[in-house]
Amino acid sequence: MIAFETEKSSAAAWLNERLGFDKLAELVRHKQVPQHRHSLWYYLGGMTLFLFIIQIITGILLLLYYRPTAEAAFESVAFIASQVPFGWLIRSIHSWSANLMIFFLFVHMFSVFFMKGYRRPREVTWISGAFLLFLSLGFGFSGYLLPWNSLAYFATQVGTDILGQIPLIGEFLLKVARGGEDVTGATLTRFFGIHVAVLPMVTTFVLGLHLALVQKHGMSVPMSVEKSGRPIKHMPFIPNFALRDAVGWTLALGLLVLLASVFPWELGQKADSLASAPAGIRPEWFFLFSFQTLKYIPGKIWFINGELLGIAGFGVGALALVLVPFLDRRAQRNEVGRLVSAVGVVVLIYMIVFTFLGYFA
Amino acid sequence: MRCGTLTYHLLFLLLLSALVAVPAAAQDETGNSCIDCHTDLDGKLAAPAMTMTEDVHYRRGLFCQDCHGGNPERGFAEGDPELAHSRRYDWRGAPKAIDIPEFCTRCHANVNYMKQYNPSLRVDQLLEYRSSRHGELLAEGDENVAQCVSCHGVHGILSVSDSRSPVHRANIPATCGACHADKALMKPYSLPTDQLAKYSSSVHGVLLLERGDAAAPACNDCHGNHGATPPGLNSIANACGECHALNRDLFNKSPHKKAFAEMELGECTTCHGHHDVTKTGDFMIGTGDKSICIDCHEDGEAGFEAAGAMKAQLDSLKNILASAEELLERAEQGGVDVESGRFDLQQARNVLIKARGAIHSFDPESFTKVTETGITEAGIVMEIGEAALHDLWLRQVGLAITIPLILLVALALYWKIRRIESPKH
Repeated sequence: MIAFETEKSSAAAWLNERLGFDKLAELVRHKQVPQHRHSLWYYLGGMTLFLFIIQIITGILLLLYYRPTAEAAFESVAFIASQVPFGWLIRSIHSWSANLMIFFLFVHMFSVFFMKGYRRPREVTWISGAFLLFLSLGFGFSGYLLPWNSLAYFATQVGTDILGQIPLIGEFLLKVARGGEDVTGATLTRFFGIHVAVLPMVTTFVLGLHLALVQKHGMSVPMSVEKSGRPIKHMPFIPNFALRDAVGWTLALGLLVLLASVFPWELGQKADSLASAPAGIRPEWFFLFSFQTLKYIPGKIWFINGELLGIAGFGVGALALVLVPFLDRRAQRNEVGRLVSAVGVVVLIYMIVFTFLGYFA
Repeated sequence: MRCGTLTYHLLFLLLLSALVAVPAAAQDETGNSCIDCHTDLDGKLAAPAMTMTEDVHYRRGLFCQDCHGGNPERGFAEGDPELAHSRRYDWRGAPKAIDIPEFCTRCHANVNYMKQYNPSLRVDQLLEYRSSRHGELLAEGDENVAQCVSCHGVHGILSVSDSRSPVHRANIPATCGACHADKALMKPYSLPTDQLAKYSSSVHGVLLLERGDAAAPACNDCHGNHGATPPGLNSIANACGECHALNRDLFNKSPHKKAFAEMELGECTTCHGHHDVTKTGDFMIGTGDKSICIDCHEDGEAGFEAAGAMKAQLDSLKNILASAEELLERAEQGGVDVESGRFDLQQARNVLIKARGAIHSFDPESFTKVTETGITEAGIVMEIGEAALHDLWLRQVGLAITIPLILLVALALYWKIRRIESPKH
């Protein structure tokens, strides 16, 4: 026993000498998290990260059997769901976890927004977070097509059609996205490449930056708490905050298992380009508000193409999201300003209402 | 210079409009104007001109004189309509009913002539017609019977493919029924007049007339069209067998073939009805109250036993199919993928369809061979369903174990937090 401990210690010392992880351990040991009435929102980022890790693990497992061709994609997913041991569970968890991840990402983003966590010096943290949102939406869009079922096929056709509306470069972008004029096996192959190689690579970099900045700057304390004048309590990250995180993650895992078992993700019918589009064709729920908006916009507004105007609007919206830290000047001066928060409330209500309209209208 | 160009343009336009106007004017000037004159006449004489422009012959470039003869050019040019109707110009006038088949087949029996217009059109209509009951009676001088125009119409004849044509598939029952449902007209021939009503409510009539299924038979599919005649007692199976070929073949090899012939029973019609062919059902076979087997076979007879045995086999197949489907549905509702089971179930269902046809062999032994195939296939589906349900049970057990375990871990973590954050710690 003594020999083992000595061996372990010497092995740890050997690694520490080369990797210097004692400095990291020291940093983690001293890391403190503010504790106040809004602390609950701090756990949402970690929850999103946990679901992202689930995505990586289940995604790798799915990759063992998935075949990215128009001829074999649907059949390979059906094989995973019906023949591979626990394949149905892995696939279903992957789908549920993807949706929960995007849900928590939105909640995390809005919580940081309303607590004005993007104030100096956390502007880049916010920007990297906004890019993580775009990347996640990219994951969602590209992954939706991969089972090559009828609904995803036609939804992708509608989704990529939007690209073609962009002036000058629209047609080029459409062809690049689809790998040709129409949604075909070429589209599936490139969506697969984007889903499992391009997006993970970029996300790893942006996520690394985001997490590093969170560690560097620590958690942002809301202005209302700062200005209350009361001393702010802190809790150690290890083990107190990490244990709380672990409770949330464990419950999330339980929820995933429950959802995947009771409501397994449906596969639907194989995509058939010659068949007519199925009824009720619509994108994933997180694109529904924008899809519904485009449906309400008239074909022509004055002399401008309505759909184009809508797309331009979303482009401006995305840019505004990235630039929030610079647009909210009052917050940068640590002054309480309600205008930006009010805009956030309106946007949130609009997104919720239009998502519901997309489902029930 | 500009003015000159404009003048040229105006002249060109004038020339163009003159060219466009030429055909109509030329037609008037050549006197090919039967329609023009008859339009101005009253009643019966005006009728041909009213519908002629829709006529399939007219649309293919044939004019009145191509059927009726005469010379409309002379009549028009010299201002005397009688010249147009002169026998000097081969004026044939309106044919009598008895002459109409020959009148039409001057062209329609001419292979080379018809090829110009429709190479696939048959040219044996006259031969067929003469062999028909209509043709026979017409030859005997009965002008009440149907000839060409009775069905196709006159001066306004439409192509068979035109849905307005009286001989379009969906209109045939009404066209035949116009005479055959007329009690006064049919009285001299002692023919029943309920065929149209019976057909309209039959499985064939409902399909064709209500659902627009062009594959369903109309009158002419069983009776023939130009050669229309009632199928004889022994040829009914051939008429039905044109569509129901497998059943016909099985019937012809069955013991019923000889028995029906001896008893002078209609082959298909004895069990299925005549114009009123009703929707078939499994109730028809067996020894139950609604069975039609017991109409001829009494208890204790071999046929009675055979009917009972076949019904039992059919029921076995149906029962196992229903059980297999129920298993798959239960597994599917639980979220287990049973696509391969669904495929096999469809195969087994196809055997049930085949078995229903195989009833026409009226041979329990060969019928059992068919049903046994289906029962075996349904058995495979049952195995898939049972395996899927077992899988579902495993999932439920797994879930029942996993969820409490996960909750236990969460509770343990919570307890740990409480412990390290307690003032005592």
